[in-house]
Amino acid sequence: MTKYKCSVCGYLYEPDLGDPDGGAPAGAEFKVVYGGWTCPICGASKGQFEAEGE
Amino acid sequence: MVQIKENIYWAGYIDWDLRNFHGYSTPYGSTYNAYLIIDEKPTLIDTVKHLGAQEMISRIKNIIDPAKIAYIISNHTEMDHSGSIDALLALCPNATVVASPQGEKHLKMHFKKDWKIKVVDTGSELNIGKRTLKFFTMPMVHWPDSMATYSPQDKILFPNDAFGQHYASKERFCDEVGADIIFREAAKYYANIVMPYGAQVQKVLGALAGVEFDTICPSHGLIWRGKENIEKIIALYKQWSSYTPNKQAVIIYDTMWHSTETMAKTLYRYLNESVPTTLINLKDSHISDAVTEVMLSKLVFFGTPIMNSRMLPSMGGLLTYLKGLKPKNRYAFTFGSYGWSSAGFKEVEASIEEAGMELKAFGAYFQFIPGENELNSLKELAQTAVKSL
Repeated sequence: MTKYKCSVCGYLYEPDLGDPDGGAPAGAEFKVVYGGWTCPICGASKGQFEAEGE
Repeated sequence: MVQIKENIYWAGYIDWDLRNFHGYSTPYGSTYNAYLIIDEKPTLIDTVKHLGAQEMISRIKNIIDPAKIAYIISNHTEMDHSGSIDALLALCPNATVVASPQGEKHLKMHFKKDWKIKVVDTGSELNIGKRTLKFFTMPMVHWPDSMATYSPQDKILFPNDAFGQHYASKERFCDEVGADIIFREAAKYYANIVMPYGAQVQKVLGALAGVEFDTICPSHGLIWRGKENIEKIIALYKQWSSYTPNKQAVIIYDTMWHSTETMAKTLYRYLNESVPTTLINLKDSHISDAVTEVMLSKLVFFGTPIMNSRMLPSMGGLLTYLKGLKPKNRYAFTFGSYGWSSAGFKEVEASIEEAGMELKAFGAYFQFIPGENELNSLKELAQTAVKSL
């Protein structure tokens, strides 16, 4: 599963862990996380994330 | 002229009048610290709020002709540190601004100027003559662009806002003032500025573990020096960033007709028998002091009456602030007086949980004026809290 990095603060979204406090259950692929989800560290929008290794 | 080490000078601005820093009360004012390094390529680390540009420039002029400055390092774009770059560049138009990758973006968005910017990242080095400066990016301590500059030759760390304090004074070094005030102000600064970013602070502390320094030059307040002081502030940052509060309690409340106040004072009496307890009336106290006590306390009590089916706006403001600060690993308790509808307490409880605190007991909500039995029942709430420690 592809990890996504916040282009603002560097936080790494790891699908295995998800972001349960932010409404993204563990195991959720980044692309299925709901559109209003924001970076749990700096609050950047989902659109400001970039796929790792691409 | 304040010399920190040979050829390194403080060239900042003392903001004696400041009493409110974007909503954070600053009873002692503050300073914005710029540091001048005299070397083959004279370098200024950070500038000051725009209102202090002339004060900073006159301090630089006491040491060197500003036209000779080769580099202006911008560790952080927030305008209390970048606000005088433009005024200084007018005197040294060939100087290069040095910033982190995010810093470059932030500077362009703030100032819309075509400055010559050199981008540095963790691991980058900048030779300025006898010295080779090193950089560490510190994302979210406390902005995405935040960066520390390090001079290995001088063993000085310039970590910008980290380890800062809002404190205006005639002294420049931490050992020249009482330890109580300086560590207290450092705690208030951490609580209000850095608290949400514990994990990021831990990363920075990890990166600093192998770095040798005997002086910390923050961008606000006094300069840390002396082994004991530096070890203590680092240990405190380790504690605060791991969300480890002290075994103490704080009761924060507002009141309309003294009912919630009576409850707060009754709780204070019971709690203080077992744990050191602080009592804060939000009507007369500033929320930036209240959140400092929240950071330091394992047990946090919130008391508000209900007005128009809602908590009082002062409590609403505090809880909104805490939702952003996220003081994890605290036990919370609620109390208050209501007239005919207690529904507003649900919002208090939801806000506390959203802020990351754990509710450990049912709230003590009493109608109109608490009676003797009701007040006595608060002893049980206090005991529950103390037992949870």
